[in-house]
Amino acid sequence: MTKLIEAHALRLDRGGRTVLSDIDFAIAAGEIVTLVGPNGSGKSSLVRALIGALEPAGGTVRRAAGLRIGYVPQSMAAGSAMPLTVRRFLSLPEPRTDAEAEAALAAAGAEGLGPASLGALSGGQLQRVLLARALAGAPDLLILDEPTASLDQPGAAALYQTIERVRRDAGCAVLMVSHDLHVVMAASDRVICLNGHICCEGAPHVVADAPAYRALFGSGTGGALALYQHDHDHSHDHDHDHGHGHGRDGERCEAVAGPRGA
Amino acid sequence: MLDDFLIRAALAGLALSVAAAPLGCFVVWRRLAYFGEAVSHSAILGVALALALSIAPIWGALAVAAGMAVAVALLDARGLPDAILGTLSHGALAAGLVALSLSGARVDPSAFLFGDVFGVARQDLAGLWMGAALVAALLAWRWRRLLTSTLDADLARATGIDPRREGLILSLALAVAVAMAIEVVGALLTVAMLIIPATAARGLARSPEGMVVAAALIGAASVGLGLAASLAFDTPGGPSIALSAAALFALTLPLRRS
Repeated sequence: MTKLIEAHALRLDRGGRTVLSDIDFAIAAGEIVTLVGPNGSGKSSLVRALIGALEPAGGTVRRAAGLRIGYVPQSMAAGSAMPLTVRRFLSLPEPRTDAEAEAALAAAGAEGLGPASLGALSGGQLQRVLLARALAGAPDLLILDEPTASLDQPGAAALYQTIERVRRDAGCAVLMVSHDLHVVMAASDRVICLNGHICCEGAPHVVADAPAYRALFGSGTGGALALYQHDHDHSHDHDHDHGHGHGRDGERCEAVAGPRGA
Repeated sequence: MLDDFLIRAALAGLALSVAAAPLGCFVVWRRLAYFGEAVSHSAILGVALALALSIAPIWGALAVAAGMAVAVALLDARGLPDAILGTLSHGALAAGLVALSLSGARVDPSAFLFGDVFGVARQDLAGLWMGAALVAALLAWRWRRLLTSTLDADLARATGIDPRREGLILSLALAVAVAMAIEVVGALLTVAMLIIPATAARGLARSPEGMVVAAALIGAASVGLGLAASLAFDTPGGPSIALSAAALFALTLPLRRS
């Protein structure tokens, strides 16, 4: 499969401190990968390195030539200082036609928000508009950095449903950072659990059962995971056709888990 | 007609309004007021160096302001604490005033602190309008990239824009405007000409471009009002222009949309 982004032996430093090391990462066309991990585990740093916003302190990041990334940030600071309509925002930096803009807003569940002022949007509306802007460029890869961080639970659930629909319709790969473990894991082809390094990765059920994962997140989420695991089993049967080698990933989780779990 | 000192003053003020309008908008959007102050105060040091070297003060102001702007931009202007920027800003101002007195040049510092808009010579006007054209062209060329990286640096990165490069271009344009402003309103009131028209325009505009145009019109009106007031009440030109801008800002308050 074509790799959209690949990282090898990646190390990232922030303020003289290593926040991530030994990262081998790749995402293929059409794949859904979720990054989970506690606060400060380096999730956002990894995403920023993948889009080129953070220089690696070691290792390499390679993006496929001409890769179109649709990036949805956690929030946007300057949103209220600049007078900007949603429609105009969609045309930054690349101009979009009215038809493209309307289609993107509709796909992101933000119909009719075009004339609204960016600064007047609610948190949920802003996330949908950010998603629409990312979609308007017909991306090969959609990257979402904790898209639900500022949303309440119903808002988060609705946004995840939209993301799932978008990815079904557009067929783009999705890389999502989240701490809403129980919701996102179900829809993922692959979950990567970060805590300064990749402490385990694999299919959602493999990660959910991995001792390293349980050591990080405890058993409190076990019930919820089981609930959504059920969802996963019937709505994403095709996942089993992917050549991830679940057994191998599972082994990796166990192998790395030993020292962490102690 | 260009021999008339009032017309020269008005043309100088208009050139500054044209350059300050788009830059002032970026200063407001990016919350760079302290950064602008550090750059404009450093221009006094440049003036002192230029006088010591017997070159035109505006070139010294431009060189030192550009050096300060690029240095602070590389240190990440948006990440520096206000206290650090304030230290740089006032350190540069004090160094400039000390250097002025050491340079031995027999000049009145207030000409550079508050400008000397009625003393603008005919050949200065060409330089001022070239500066305005340069700033406008630079910002128009990078416009979409500048707007995108102003909204969110990572968002810009993901679309292949280097926000640091855009920040540097903005810093250089700011240095040009600061050097222009020395003559018109002086180093102490440069930031006023950047942020007051832009802040007044913010409440009236629906688009970034609309805000720039409104800021330019408010800046131009401030120049006209300020010069008229200066003549009528025999007050200094630069401060009268800045005060007019503040008065226009107050008048726009009831018209604000949000």
